[in-house]
Amino acid sequence: MRKMLLAALSRVLQGPAAAARPGAVSEVSRVVVASRNYADFASEATFDIKKCDLHRLEEGPPVTAVLTREEGLHYYKTMQTIRRMELKSDQLYKQKIIRGFCHLYDGQEACCVGLEAAIKPTDHLITAYRAHGYAYTRGTSVREILAELTGRKGGCAKGKGGSMHMYAQNFYGGNGIVGAQVPLGAGIALACKYFGKDEICLTLYGDGAANQGQIFETYNMAALWKLPCIFICENNRYGMGTSVERAAASTDYYKRGDYIPGIRVDGMDILCVREATKFAAEHCRSGKGPILMELQTYRYHGHSMSDPGISYRTREEIQEVRSKSDPITLLKDRMLNNSLSSVEELKEIDVEVRKEIEEAAQFATTDPEPPLEELGNHIYKNEPPFEVRGPSQWIKYKSVG
Amino acid sequence: MGPIGRGRGKMAAAAGALRRLVRCRPQQGLGRLLQLRSGIHGSAPAAVQVNVRDALNQALDEELERDERVFLLGEEVAQYDGAYKISRGLWKKYGDKRIIDTPISEMGFTGIAVGAAMAGLRPICEFMTFNFSMQAIDQVINSASKTLYMSAGMVPVPVVFRGPNGASAGVGAQHSQCFAAWYGHCPGLKVVSPWSSEDAKGLLKASVRDDNPVVMLENELMYGVPFEMSEAAQSKDFLVPIGKAKIERQGTHVTLVSHSRSVGHCLEAAAVLVKEGVECEVINLRTIRPMDVESIEASVVKTNHLITVEGGWPQFGVGAEICARIMEGPAFNYLDAPAVRLTGADVPMPYAKILEENCLPQVKDIIFAVKKILNI
Repeated sequence: MRKMLLAALSRVLQGPAAAARPGAVSEVSRVVVASRNYADFASEATFDIKKCDLHRLEEGPPVTAVLTREEGLHYYKTMQTIRRMELKSDQLYKQKIIRGFCHLYDGQEACCVGLEAAIKPTDHLITAYRAHGYAYTRGTSVREILAELTGRKGGCAKGKGGSMHMYAQNFYGGNGIVGAQVPLGAGIALACKYFGKDEICLTLYGDGAANQGQIFETYNMAALWKLPCIFICENNRYGMGTSVERAAASTDYYKRGDYIPGIRVDGMDILCVREATKFAAEHCRSGKGPILMELQTYRYHGHSMSDPGISYRTREEIQEVRSKSDPITLLKDRMLNNSLSSVEELKEIDVEVRKEIEEAAQFATTDPEPPLEELGNHIYKNEPPFEVRGPSQWIKYKSVG
Repeated sequence: MGPIGRGRGKMAAAAGALRRLVRCRPQQGLGRLLQLRSGIHGSAPAAVQVNVRDALNQALDEELERDERVFLLGEEVAQYDGAYKISRGLWKKYGDKRIIDTPISEMGFTGIAVGAAMAGLRPICEFMTFNFSMQAIDQVINSASKTLYMSAGMVPVPVVFRGPNGASAGVGAQHSQCFAAWYGHCPGLKVVSPWSSEDAKGLLKASVRDDNPVVMLENELMYGVPFEMSEAAQSKDFLVPIGKAKIERQGTHVTLVSHSRSVGHCLEAAAVLVKEGVECEVINLRTIRPMDVESIEASVVKTNHLITVEGGWPQFGVGAEICARIMEGPAFNYLDAPAVRLTGADVPMPYAKILEENCLPQVKDIIFAVKKILNI
């Protein structure tokens, strides 16, 4: 009874009153907090999620999803970490501490976090160059990611890979050549089938890459051999500066696999992504062969840090997505409106996240660059040490695998 | 014994049976008969004649048997027994899981092979000819050769790309290119180029067991050529080390360095020249990358003259690299004449027989070059 009363009170006051009487909200919050304990949070809540468009499927993912408090807090923290990590990267790039290519993922967090929530750590994942979020969800620390971006020896690839070449256990990058990761992903799926350990491979590509010929070659072989591969098109509406309408005769990316069943998913809703991926994973694990998911998502940044991102789309469009479809805000609202968390608790998480990012950035800017000796290493695996030629015949580097 | 025994030819099988009988008798009678039969290059008693095709087939069979993670994929490798019959009998023996027919999708299936290697398998990816590998070259270079480096050692790519390379007979310009220089250019790859059956078998086995991406450049015209295989070479653990050249013929007057089919031409030229008192040292590179420059240098220090012979085009080719490396090393001071390159003619390969013949270094060209460099 008390719980319901408090919940009702906080809901009422977090509504329109919040704008009119900001002081009142915090007054109420303090009062509410004082009498709140964990028993006042719901342990879970059920949400309606958007029905997915289906291609060659009789049934699709469920239209409701259960979110537990733990899951919600975990997803929130993870998405917020990725968001802040990407914004920090933007900052470091503008300070010229990060060089070269830097393709940021902010706006698309629900995709990588939702996917990971539906699979196991023993499953496999490969994506293209907009990969920092996946490097994180697949187990690389923010420290190692930022230090890789700044080209330091503490980077996850010792500073030798950079933004587009980060790897982790069962995470195969981070690939720079548009579309090339798709056949690779099918090959990983072939290995999954070969080893027979019930593992699957998630193979991601963008709306731009979706027009690559090698993807269609891969669809064919994956379907022919029933490879346990989920093809995932992250459709963020723009391939660099080219909108989907200008690049594709058919923008129904979930149908482009033709004979491969497909699902179109709201990529801004983490629960939608999670449920669809669970559905797709089950499809693959049951031996039915590949399946295709199109995640409709959006990137706030331009294609890369050298693209302001407003020559081919309007600021209004970007702002509209931010205000109406931001994945973190959507999750936050759901949690607050269903007593899965509180403003304070989420704020605490925000503070923790900011701290983690700051510390990681501090590390990434102070860690030394890799020693010159590293230049010759990792040419061959399991090879006795040999010499690698430098810019002239007198400059040689030792190479160990 | 199965299909592989049949593949070795009835003569070889019979020779094998006889060999076992002969070993308990003194080296007379049947033993002598076998020795006389044993062919071109003289003989050890237990050697057999095996052509390159069968040597490759043996290597594939042995490596498939040895390691379950090894599998073969490519066009026509399974039910057709291989476009050039290299994989004859293997699909029957190992089935669909280990021998996979692919659609005509080089970029796709090469990427699949590379991905499978990244995930722990040990694929052998066959290109029907290396000309078609150009469609997939991004996967070979950007996905396979560079990944270990980019990942700072985290992701090895143990894949073998193999198939016929270079000129065949009358197949025209689009089917005759040599890719030794193209692949040899790239760090992270190993590139091997067998000539004899021992080379083919030992290098293929070594390549499969190597944890790195290996490009193996075979030659279609060599597939049917028989070579003597020593008893050691017939063992299931026979390996030819990658990165080491072989001196096929000792000599003192000039060093002939070659790879693949041209090695045979060098030996033929040497056999003619010996009659005129010229002793050629013939080096079979066996590996393009990493190249065994030390062996070439040691030879040049001895002979003071260097000729490189290859089928590929001259610009930026294998011979060009050898000459540059010799210039940079101690052997330069021992050269009595500038190094000479014999290469394919600098044109796309024509079809007409007389034109095609004249687009590749022939025995007469090697002899001419030797005499020119020695001023005789």
